[in-house]
Amino acid sequence: MASHATPHVHHPPSGFIRKYIFSTDHKVIGKQYWWLALFSVFVGMALSVLMRFHMAYPDAKVSWFEKLWPTGAEGGVMTPELYLSLMTMHGTIMVFFVLTTAPQAGFGNSFLPIQIGAEDMAFPVLNMLSFWTTLVALIVMCAAFFVEGGAPISGWTAYPPLSGVGEVAGPGLGKGQNLWILSIAIFCGASLMGAINFIATIIDLRAPGMSLMRMPLTCWAWFVTAILSLFGFAVLLAAGILLLLDRTAGSSFFLPAGLVVNDRLLDHRGGSPLLWQHLFWFFGHPEVYIAILPGMGLASNVLSIFARKPIFGYRAMVYAIVGIGFLGFVVWGHHMFISGMSPYTAVAFSVLTMAIGVPSAIKTFNWVGTLWGAQIRFTSPMMYALGFVSLFVTGGISGIFLGQPALDLYLHDTYFVVGHFHMIMGVAAIFGMFAGTSFWFPKMFGKMMNETLNKVHFYLTFIGVYAIFTPMHFIGVAGNPRRYADFKDFEFMKDLMPVHTFMTHAAIFTAVVQVLFFINIFWSMRKGRKATDNPWEATSLEWSVPSPPPFDNFGGKHPRVYHGPYEFAVPGKAKDYQMQHEPD
Amino acid sequence: MPGSLSTEQIQYTPPPPPDGGGDWGDRPGGGARRRASFTALFVLLAAVTMLFAAFTSALVVRRGLGGDWERVPMPGILYWNTLLILASSAWIDIARRALHRGARGSFNRFWTIGTVLGVAFLVGQGIAWSQLRDAGIYMAVNPGSDFFYVFTVAHAAHVLGGIAALAYIEVQALRLRLGPGRRTGVEITSYYWHFLGGLWVYLMILFHFWG
Repeated sequence: MASHATPHVHHPPSGFIRKYIFSTDHKVIGKQYWWLALFSVFVGMALSVLMRFHMAYPDAKVSWFEKLWPTGAEGGVMTPELYLSLMTMHGTIMVFFVLTTAPQAGFGNSFLPIQIGAEDMAFPVLNMLSFWTTLVALIVMCAAFFVEGGAPISGWTAYPPLSGVGEVAGPGLGKGQNLWILSIAIFCGASLMGAINFIATIIDLRAPGMSLMRMPLTCWAWFVTAILSLFGFAVLLAAGILLLLDRTAGSSFFLPAGLVVNDRLLDHRGGSPLLWQHLFWFFGHPEVYIAILPGMGLASNVLSIFARKPIFGYRAMVYAIVGIGFLGFVVWGHHMFISGMSPYTAVAFSVLTMAIGVPSAIKTFNWVGTLWGAQIRFTSPMMYALGFVSLFVTGGISGIFLGQPALDLYLHDTYFVVGHFHMIMGVAAIFGMFAGTSFWFPKMFGKMMNETLNKVHFYLTFIGVYAIFTPMHFIGVAGNPRRYADFKDFEFMKDLMPVHTFMTHAAIFTAVVQVLFFINIFWSMRKGRKATDNPWEATSLEWSVPSPPPFDNFGGKHPRVYHGPYEFAVPGKAKDYQMQHEPD
Repeated sequence: MPGSLSTEQIQYTPPPPPDGGGDWGDRPGGGARRRASFTALFVLLAAVTMLFAAFTSALVVRRGLGGDWERVPMPGILYWNTLLILASSAWIDIARRALHRGARGSFNRFWTIGTVLGVAFLVGQGIAWSQLRDAGIYMAVNPGSDFFYVFTVAHAAHVLGGIAALAYIEVQALRLRLGPGRRTGVEITSYYWHFLGGLWVYLMILFHFWG
């Protein structure tokens, strides 16, 4: 490796607790986040299967439902309240503890410092605190299942008045809702700590020669995502504090006068539920990009590496990431078209929403441009990345429909929206995580994943998620409302029930298929083929060090960077790639 | 005393950047960790600004909603508190400059004065809350008082963090770990403290015109 300083190796702490538990090593912290997200995705997926089961078989009696939820599933049949609590916790756990955690904090912590040539994050102790705070937030969130009344039923958006009035409105809205808000506030703190670390590390700890425009696109995505987290979570924290005060201190920020809930007149006056919606969605829309931008960065990276071509339009890709990040802050009103806002305001938000189509289209065209005429290596990371592009385009196109106020008035409370956001924010981002895991697994654990198993998993999951979420668009257009626990009493829904049954079977199939991925992870960690330093023949700095990397990443050396991150098929070179740290 | 400082003493030539222990940066002279500390500070201040901007936008919306808004009678001590936090900020800055030119003894004295004034500000805030309580103005009395408590308690929480940082620097100073070449923590803490002073002035203006 090229270096400009005498090697000065930093050794890891020798004690187990400092090395693996309260570690300040960014690679260990990255893995801790990754494990946390893996646990969370398992919980979130289990909840979704239970929900889908109830959708298709609302009258089915399941004895262990009653054992798990004696009041929520009396006689083994799930109550609407239990269904709504599962929906709330599914959405919350997936959005915060999976989609926000794994792509940014998991992979970002693991590889950002190495990709820019730093020994660690700028503030390792803060980094450690950030992870442990996230874990506390997850524990507090999961505790909501076990308190009196159970988990809250107000959805991951926690709209007041329902979320603000307390247990008078239903089970889970007492202690459960308080724990939910507390957990989110703790999570905000953790995310802010993480964002500070990411931004400071990228701005100040880049190796000599690693100019901003030589950073891999993953780093650009993590950078912009950190900025979005910084501004978004600060506002969510403010909103959460006000909501908690409405619930516990008797204030009326979000609760209007004259509320009668379950025949009780509540003593609140003058607040506005829409104020919560504005504050929440000012965070909530950037949150969509917090979930998807790291996947975009990774997909760009992986497509270029396995197409063996430079990424098409590197600068355009960077500007598109920055543009999406900026526009993400000025479109929150498109979540509120049916809130009674002025049509003029709605048009303004609609035009801005359409504008996001421009940088998104730039990215898509550039991905296709990168693949054009390439000798593609169909490895599993490449297939997951292609799956990401497919799902992103599918989910993005239905977003253009919803960005029109006139159409959204009809579609907003239907399954069309459920299908849309699961495609783009859910499974597209999850495919980004599959790509990230299969791509970086050799570097994280020093072993290769089983390619065949991964490819089988890819095909089955790809078919499965399309089978689950495509029909949702059609039943949404047919008028199927969302957030309902069951549809058995609606005559107009009778014809759509077979579609629900199909989607439930597809969901169970897709969930079972994930066992392949879990098996592959655990089997490969123990028995996988040993990974070389650079098994994918990639160019960025993490592939210049052993797999897994040493404690201080570069063995005490200080890398110098001479090239951009995507120099493939360079004319006149013996090999088809030029690593960033190699002079020539 | 600050009054005895001559212009010559204040207009100094800055010493070379302290060695922050970092040598990964792409600019000559290292100091990457020091630069990262400043970046982190400004990023933190941006987050705090967003928090208070969110509260402010909530206030503007909530105030415009209906006729239940009542002005909170501002306890007179709040104006004295404003003077206290501004004076504290001034002493902290004088201390920072003293350390910059190597006057460690003066630094310790001035920093201590600034810290004590900061603690006095918090005590004054406590007195203001108790005066309001005695006047029957709690949370949930009216939306104006809700926002008054939200803003002042959120600010006090940040001040508490600032005082912890000031006290940490005190301890570092007593252990002789500070000097012109090791002043990053001092500068970070003092800028954060100035920000809180400015934030308080903003809140006073907000209460005056919108409270």
